[in-house]
Amino acid sequence: MIEAPALSLAALAPLLCVFGAACVGVLVEAFAPRDVRHPVQVAIALVGTLGGLVTSLLLVGERQVTAGGALAVDGAAVFLQATIAGLGALSLLLFAERSLDPARSAFVAAAAVPAGSPRDRELMTAPRVQTEVYPLATFAIGGMMLFVAANDLLVMFVALEVLSLPLYLISGMARRRRLLSQEAAVKYFLLGAFASAFFLYGLALVYGATGSIRLSAIREASAGEAGGGVLLVLGLALLVVGLMFKASVAPFHAWTPDVYQGAPTPVTAFMAACTKVAAFGAILRLLYVAFGTSEWTWRPLVYGIAIVSMVVGAVLGLTQTDLKRMLAYSSIAHAGFLLTGVLGYGGGADGTGSGLGATMFYLLAYGLTTIGAFAVLTLVRDGDGEATHLSTWAGLGRRSPLTAAVMALFLLALAGIPLTSGFTGKFAVFRAAIDDGAWPLVLVALLASAVAAFFYLRVIVLMYFSEPAADGPTVGVPGLPTTLVLAVTVTATVVLGVVPGAVLDLAEQAAIFVG
Amino acid sequence: MTTFPWLLTMIAVPAVGAAAVAALPRGRESLARQLALGVSLLVLLLAVLATIAFDAGGERFQLTTSVSWIPDFGVDFALGVDGIALVMLLLIGVLVPVVVVASWREEATGRRSMRAFWAWLLLLESMMVGVFAATDVFLFYVFFEAMLVPMYFLIGSFGGPRRQYAAVKFFLYSLVGGLVMLAAVIGLYVVSANELGEGTFAFDALRQIEIDPGVQKLLFLGFFVAFAIKAPLVPFHTWLPDSGAEAPIGGAVLLVGVLDKVGTFGFIRYCLPLFPDASRDLAPYVLVLAVAGVLYAALLAMGQSDMKRLVSYTSIAHFGFIALGIFAFTTEATTGAVLYMVNHGIATGLLFLVVGMLIARGGSRLVGDYGGVAAQAPLLAGVFLIAGLASLALPGTNSFVSEFLVLIGSFPTRPVATVLATVGIVLAALYVLLVYQRTMHGPARGVLLEPAPETTAPATGGGGATAATATLEAPAAAPARLRVRDLSRRELAVAAPMVALIIALGVYPQPLIALIEPAVAATMSDVGADPAGVSPEAPVEGTD
Repeated sequence: MIEAPALSLAALAPLLCVFGAACVGVLVEAFAPRDVRHPVQVAIALVGTLGGLVTSLLLVGERQVTAGGALAVDGAAVFLQATIAGLGALSLLLFAERSLDPARSAFVAAAAVPAGSPRDRELMTAPRVQTEVYPLATFAIGGMMLFVAANDLLVMFVALEVLSLPLYLISGMARRRRLLSQEAAVKYFLLGAFASAFFLYGLALVYGATGSIRLSAIREASAGEAGGGVLLVLGLALLVVGLMFKASVAPFHAWTPDVYQGAPTPVTAFMAACTKVAAFGAILRLLYVAFGTSEWTWRPLVYGIAIVSMVVGAVLGLTQTDLKRMLAYSSIAHAGFLLTGVLGYGGGADGTGSGLGATMFYLLAYGLTTIGAFAVLTLVRDGDGEATHLSTWAGLGRRSPLTAAVMALFLLALAGIPLTSGFTGKFAVFRAAIDDGAWPLVLVALLASAVAAFFYLRVIVLMYFSEPAADGPTVGVPGLPTTLVLAVTVTATVVLGVVPGAVLDLAEQAAIFVG
Repeated sequence: MTTFPWLLTMIAVPAVGAAAVAALPRGRESLARQLALGVSLLVLLLAVLATIAFDAGGERFQLTTSVSWIPDFGVDFALGVDGIALVMLLLIGVLVPVVVVASWREEATGRRSMRAFWAWLLLLESMMVGVFAATDVFLFYVFFEAMLVPMYFLIGSFGGPRRQYAAVKFFLYSLVGGLVMLAAVIGLYVVSANELGEGTFAFDALRQIEIDPGVQKLLFLGFFVAFAIKAPLVPFHTWLPDSGAEAPIGGAVLLVGVLDKVGTFGFIRYCLPLFPDASRDLAPYVLVLAVAGVLYAALLAMGQSDMKRLVSYTSIAHFGFIALGIFAFTTEATTGAVLYMVNHGIATGLLFLVVGMLIARGGSRLVGDYGGVAAQAPLLAGVFLIAGLASLALPGTNSFVSEFLVLIGSFPTRPVATVLATVGIVLAALYVLLVYQRTMHGPARGVLLEPAPETTAPATGGGGATAATATLEAPAAAPARLRVRDLSRRELAVAAPMVALIIALGVYPQPLIALIEPAVAATMSDVGADPAGVSPEAPVEGTD
């Protein structure tokens, strides 16, 4: 009676690589002796994610629906999976940095020990390091890669949970300022659970309206009658809310600044880059595949949300005095810019607009830049860990010209100055939006860019044009992993700004959904 | 036609030079500035050779190079110059070495490594060449925005006391203008995609498409706002006095001499040919801004006590004249405007330089802190006078030719605006001569006074407060003497070529006009104005 579903192992290879590595990591955690665990775990996680990257690159041009129709392995899925795997590998390198913190790791040795207890103080100086974060992060990466390939809503929900749960955990594992970190984790978890509930309820409503959870079936059902009625629209709205939460789009952004600030910086980098890619991948797939024929149902909604997100991100970013919070608001503003690209859908049945390719390119460019920016944050430290308060960065350009120059490059890229990847990305999404007649939105986006540029510039002003404070922070000498991350992200930021042709081409060719 | 990529070389040489200077080890400051001078002289040589290779009577765009850059956006790395762009490249070629020599001893401020200064300066030169040489709208935009970064660091790192404020204001004003232009650039691309089937940024292709008048107006405004901020025209001008006052002298010279010309250049190159109908419809409003700028900025200039701010305001007035010449739509007026762009770069550049030399001696930017300098430093005063006279367009100086051309060319089509702008000439004489008289003649006074034996506090090196007391006490000390050096040999080397150019171009501007005029005539035929200088209203059909 039950037939085995069609399953193409080749098409699933990236996912298998990453999830396999995560499972092996769990076993290593259980069986390997403590002193070899760290290098082994790092190696396994990197092999898994890089394996995922390579196998997904081998799948370029693949177009099929597999796993009994639950997964779509198409251009967009492959491009986004490769992006997530690559960015994930970079984040893992940041996790593995051991030479910056005197305690040898950014993660607490035993997360269950109450903060401030005698045992906690004892562990602070112990050479023991935490290695559970690697399998956890690898699971999250796997979940994200599944998320962008999910072809039915249930798989999408499962992937959402697989990627979220490890993130809740690892954002509470900071070695320093533990209470802040734990508070962030709880906040993230509670609000995340809420958002998941929204998603689930939306799923139920859409199922009720269309009788299916398969994206292609929803598309047909919603195209049939004029809109599919209230249930469908309500379901769509709830699904969108759940996804926008993960993408930290205002007005569903309340968790973002606190969690970005509280989580260990490598984890923040991971969330800012990979979670954003995954969430936007799912948003694109949901809107374009399932609701592509009923664009009118989501267009006004997304239009409004995009404006709110850009304005909230840019304006509230102005008032921040902590760099991690500032980058959090920047991430909210960038989510708005990304939605501008999502609106460049074009209305054609096969997604004739250039929105999909443009948004995917933007995700890649933004992810690389933002990981780089957070990597720089891990370098600047004082006695109490990372010195993220804005005022402590005064005069950094004099004390540590190279670090300041790298940060300035990332900030200029985030501000979208030409010859950096940020500009190419912005140009691509704005072009897509104007193509689709959304020029008022683009005007808002340009104004928001100008406002946001102010707070990026403020950091440059502080670094270069201010006198350094006498007891300012020191700039750590990064070990190999962080150096590698900075090298890759700086190169990518410049290359994607100066000669973006090849990658734009890739994104454009990958802009295909099957469903 | 030569196949040597002149323009690409002119962009690449300073960029490579900048990288080389930045890569020099710490402590090799003098090598850095020698390298900077060498590179900038090489660019001047290239500019001259490119001018020789350019055939004034030939095609509109020459010395072209085109490489596909971002095929997905239809962007080419396309370079080429017409006569207008070429004279701007010559201006860059002349000004940068002069600025390098003028900033030779700048390390005295000791605030930070001067290597960064030279590197940013060369990078700025590369971007400036690029912005004038681009024939692809996207490429132009990229240079237009990227140019901000080196200037921002020049002002912010090496500027005066309020440099942070000035740098950020400069950057944000320009960035906002640039972003509005970006919207128009993308809009233009989309329009071209609808018209031609495939979107393009190539100037020549864009020039030929017909754009709906309503859309044209919007796109025109997008470009216009960016250029009006850059140029700057009056309601958008407030950043310039701050930036001009706080920038290091070298930066200020390039800022008003070249960077701001990108705005007026943009009017001629992009606003007029791409959006001819909108240009004609909106020209009266632009002229209001232009004339308002001439008068208002001249009045403000008279009221300034800070010399660098004063020079900045005079520039705003001059930009009003240039805009008047451009939007009068006659070949004569626009040729005059382009010539004005060159002459203003030289005259105001020299004025900034000589003011900088005075400030380097006294340490104060206030007019009231100086007096009677001419008696002790006749050469300095002489150069000041020549720069000032060139700035007020005295016959015999270069600016006279251009101002005269603008006025005589504008009068047939725009009589009211022209008459009003003429008042600006009188005001110009006032603000230039007043500041010259106050600082160079009259009784010796101010911060340069020899410390009187009875006063305990030395008056030199002080700011406003000490200066005021020194001024009060000056009559008491019987024969007041100034302690001021006249121009050094290095400073003479800075001033001499500029003075020579002022006089040479005042007497014989013909070679430049010959370069400029065909390009202007082509622009005028794009915009549908009669090159002969007859009113443009006559041949134009009603657009609505």
